Amino acid sequence: MTSWKKEEFDNLETTEVLEKSKELGLTQEQLVDMYRTMVKIRLFEEMADKQYALGKVHGTMHLSAGQEAVAVGSGFAINKGDYLLNHHRGHGHFISSGADVNKMMAEFLGKDTGYCHGRGGSMHIADVTANNLGANGIVGGGLQLAVGVGLAVQMKKTDQIVLTIFGDGAANEGIFHESLNMAAIWDLPILYLCENNKYGMSADVTRVSAKTPFKDRAAAYGIPGYYIDGNDVLAVYEFIRNAAENARSGKGPVFVEAQTYRYFGHSKSDRNLYRTKEEIDHWKTIEDPIIRFEKLLRTANLIDDQSINSIKEEMSKEIDESVTFAENSPEPDVKDVTEWVYA
Amino acid sequence: MPEITYREAIHDAMVEEMRRDENVFLIGEDIGTYGGAFGVSAGMLAEFGPERVRETPISELAIVGAAAGAAMVGMKPIAELMFMDFVLLALEPLMNQAAKARYMFGGKATVPMVVRLPGGSGTGAAAQHSQSLESMLMNIPGIKVIAPSTAYDAKGLLLSAIRDPNPVCFVEHKLLYKVKGEVPEDEYTIPLGVADIKHPGEDITVVTSGIMVQKSLAVASKLSQEGISVEVLDLRTLRPMDEQAIIKSVKKTGRLLVVHEAVQTGGWAGEVMAVVSSSEAFDYLDAPMRRLAGKDVPIPYNRFLEAAAVPQEADIEAEIRAIVSNKY
Repeated sequence: MTSWKKEEFDNLETTEVLEKSKELGLTQEQLVDMYRTMVKIRLFEEMADKQYALGKVHGTMHLSAGQEAVAVGSGFAINKGDYLLNHHRGHGHFISSGADVNKMMAEFLGKDTGYCHGRGGSMHIADVTANNLGANGIVGGGLQLAVGVGLAVQMKKTDQIVLTIFGDGAANEGIFHESLNMAAIWDLPILYLCENNKYGMSADVTRVSAKTPFKDRAAAYGIPGYYIDGNDVLAVYEFIRNAAENARSGKGPVFVEAQTYRYFGHSKSDRNLYRTKEEIDHWKTIEDPIIRFEKLLRTANLIDDQSINSIKEEMSKEIDESVTFAENSPEPDVKDVTEWVYA
Repeated sequence: MPEITYREAIHDAMVEEMRRDENVFLIGEDIGTYGGAFGVSAGMLAEFGPERVRETPISELAIVGAAAGAAMVGMKPIAELMFMDFVLLALEPLMNQAAKARYMFGGKATVPMVVRLPGGSGTGAAAQHSQSLESMLMNIPGIKVIAPSTAYDAKGLLLSAIRDPNPVCFVEHKLLYKVKGEVPEDEYTIPLGVADIKHPGEDITVVTSGIMVQKSLAVASKLSQEGISVEVLDLRTLRPMDEQAIIKSVKKTGRLLVVHEAVQTGGWAGEVMAVVSSSEAFDYLDAPMRRLAGKDVPIPYNRFLEAAAVPQEADIEAEIRAIVSNKY
């Protein structure tokens, strides 16, 4: 795996896009499907925000609009059956892993038909049966669980890997050290994906971190580390796929730091006092992962105005239907409030 | 029946279950060649190898976190924390992850894990290596808390704990490790949540657990010669608490003393009293309910101070005498 160079994929010519995709093992259908999934995530997040504005959401939410390339690039690069441990801004990764948006929206609205029967909400969506071990409300929460899942995979001798995704904030938690150290000494099949969106709530990464990029910290544990453009979906795909194969082949953990940016505030209380409108606008236009990928796919003649519109309409319809499904779903029965505390 | 120590009983339970179930493994600090800080895992590395006797760096947060992660995907880890005090470094995975995963995920996760916690005072290990934190652990829905008092109970309860589909905190009192007791060679289990009358009596009920059971039994034996009949009820499992056993015993004796080593304020004695005061047993009380708990201090180093910080046999005896003679 070589180092990533910015705009590696952005300025490719038509044939080069297709050649590169072929090299990555992606079919044309998969490329369009990746685009479709990115659009779906964006629309889901925008709809979630709208639902909140309409007063239909009881709790908080952490929206991932702007970070779709990390979710889709990584989600498409791992195998079905691999384990996923997610952070609190996890809607995108969940959708990318094939989740049912009806059940997601229902959970978001606290309904009994949601993934967690309304017990978890946005921050705890999980689908354990699909090896999705959940979003996590504790920053760095997945880093500790990943060690144990990695141990289980190693002991059961399956060829799964553990993808644990965390933010820049988690890299400054103590568990970051404990987890990477253990994964390294035992060669655990863990793929550490640090989704750096520049801010831990309001804290600028460079202000609260002694040294960046975080991938340099991986070197301290003898773990290969890469810093990549997290808004370039193909770059994310390439690095995660290669890292996954490395972990799968028993060579131990890999660390990938993907630079990206979130558009919405940290959560519903955020008034964006810590960043400028210019900065947000820059990321929303020049760096936007969907615009960039759209341009690439147009260059490769894989999509055009008509197909883009049809994809957006199709996804929009699916998201609208998820709201209808959620709204028409029953609330959980309050008499069951103490169910599932114990198995 | 052969006599073995409390330490051996715990060791044997782990070894026997690891032979039976390949998903069970032990994870913790210095559990391999060293055999664990208290020798509980002696010889296990040789039998099971480094993968199933997984010796870790000094990383309590990751030890318990890893146990939770492994449990969520079908393993049955036993995490040994060298001292119960160190669970404070691991409360995040214990309270926020292991205890809540099943509930948060709508009943779809199971987290079958055991955290073994050598606790208690009496070894001169001072404030950060002598605590009894079981009351605090009982305050976590989703966790079960066990504190066995004998070798027999330790083995039977640990087997049940390993097989239980929930996170279980298994509190081992360090002073009990050397105490011997009869333990059958054949496989047996003791159900969680079931108390045990260790000494039947008529005049007063002493509800207790762990090492305080041994102390209370010594007192009960002494007082029986004077005609004071003490019922020692060993809760064995602190959460879920065997409320019916408490109610039944208090209805019989009409008096209650709760004894635990954990500090008094917020301690589980209050929970036992609440069970009585909100049940029909309240009407049977002939005297106020009393508690004897660890003093609200960090455990001191000096041997006399240390002994004064937690209930001793003389304290238990004095309390019982006061209650049965209505001089409290």
